[in-house]
This record gives sequence, C-alpha cells and structure tokens, in this order.
Amino acid sequence: MPAQFALDMALLDQHYRKLQAEVHPDRFAAASPGERMQSMQWATQANEAYRTLKHPTTRARYLLALHGVDTEEENNTAMPADFLMLQMEWRETVEEAYDERNIAALDASLKQMREQAQALEQKLVAILDQQQAWQEAAGIVRKLSFIDKIRADVEHKISKLEDE
Amino acid sequence: MAYSDKVLDHYENPRNVGSLDKNDPSVGTGMVGAPACGDVMKLQIKVNEQGIIEDAKFKTYGCGSAIASSSLVTEWIKGKSLDQVMEIKNSDIAEELALPPVKIHCSVLAEDAIRAAVADLKAKQGTKDEHEQAA
Repeated sequence: MPAQFALDMALLDQHYRKLQAEVHPDRFAAASPGERMQSMQWATQANEAYRTLKHPTTRARYLLALHGVDTEEENNTAMPADFLMLQMEWRETVEEAYDERNIAALDASLKQMREQAQALEQKLVAILDQQQAWQEAAGIVRKLSFIDKIRADVEHKISKLEDE
Repeated sequence: MAYSDKVLDHYENPRNVGSLDKNDPSVGTGMVGAPACGDVMKLQIKVNEQGIIEDAKFKTYGCGSAIASSSLVTEWIKGKSLDQVMEIKNSDIAEELALPPVKIHCSVLAEDAIRAAVADLKAKQGTKDEHEQAA
C-alpha cells in the first residue's frame, strides 16, 4: 500500500483479506505453541492495521506519526473560534432535538456533520499527499476528532430513541 | 466513574452559566476545545475600570468534570485582577475538584479558557488604546 492519505478501499480490503488468510490462527492449529502464539499476534496486528487505515481520522493520525508529528489531541485546546462556535451550535441543536425526541432533526444534524467531515477529508488529500503540510494537517485531524466524537454521540442518541 | 462530591455539586448546581455581550469592550471571551474528548468551553469575563473581574459566565459542553472545572473557575476569578487569574494553574483546579488522572485535561481546558478570555480582552483594549492615541 502506498503511504498516503488518498486510499483505494478495494485495494486495502484485498490486502487485508490476503494477510488475514496467511496469518489466521486456524492455519496454525497443528503448529507448535510458539508458532500459534506468533500467528495470534500477527492476526491481531493485521486487524489493528486494517482498522487504523480504514478510518480517515486514524489513517491521517498514523501518517502524521510516521513523519514524527503529534496531533496533540490531548493538550492543544486552541481551536479556531468559528469552528468552536459551530461545535457549540451543533451541541445545542442536538440537545434540543434529543429532548424533543426528534429523530429527523438528529438525522439532519448527522448529515451536516458528515458533510463537514468529508470536506475536511478532501482537504487532507491535498495537504497530506501533495503539500505535505504536516502541522496544518494536524489541525484538521483535531477538527475531525471533534466531529467524530459528536457524530458518535448523535448516533448513540438516535439508536436510544429508536429503541424506546 | 465516581465523581467527587465537589464535582457533583458544581455539575448539579453550576455557578454562573450563561453569556455576556461579546461585543462589549469590557468583556473578554475565551473559546477552547479538547479534541480528545470533544468538549467545548466558552468563558467570558467582564472587567471594571480598575481592571478587576466583576462578572464571569461560562457555557460548557462536555463531561461533568469539564462543567465543574469551568463552574469553579468562574467563582475563583470574580473579584480578581487579570494578572491574578493568569496565575491559576490547572493543577489547582484538579486538586480542588479531586479530579482523577484521566480527567486532568478538563482542568487544562479551564485554565486555557481563562488565558484565552484574558488574551481576548487585552487584544480588545489594546486596539482601543491605539484608537485613543490616534485620536
């Protein structure tokens, strides 16, 4: 696989299945305990690698780590004000919609968030693969990290309302 | 996770929730966010002519510790000067609220919010001074 952000998902799936078949513990059922242990570790690593590469945020974070860049998601709190305002607005809208048990409104918010995330991911293709502007890319990963969190929260709220 | 009594108290009865007019020249607004947990915090301070913070409001979306941290700092900073509040450390907040290690970043967020609000106010008043000098 090329170490870049733009990803051919079919190619990733293909590599993953091939690798998974090679290291699957079932193939080592008759092997020595040491080899069985080794195959378990390989299989776990292959799963981890697949998960990391499949999701855009973790893929970008991993690529930045390869270039020695920390995305500082634990301690960099200085996000652009307009982005934080939007986060506040989203939180307010989601809270209201949830209180009103309005699943359609939650779905609409989710769609907005998905579009924002997709726009940022498009930007990352240019910034990571072409410009190699690592610090700028780290800022986008921090934004995506926010959007991932709120999307997961909205999805959780929707399924809670649907279950009731 | 078990919250300390102080966190619960601030979480259930948050002090100074709300907004101040961000266009008021005596109001400084600090907006910060923690990517790792998705928390967003807005802290606003209003200073009088002596440079003392006479009012503070906050709005926080996040976990109980983040809400408690911002609620606590609004209490702490009222009646203090800008220089005094710049001395507040996240460790003071974490200690007061007995935050566990995984929640320390909530107190970091609150400290950063104070700094951002003070910086915003100073930037506003700095430009105002320049206008006065120019006039």
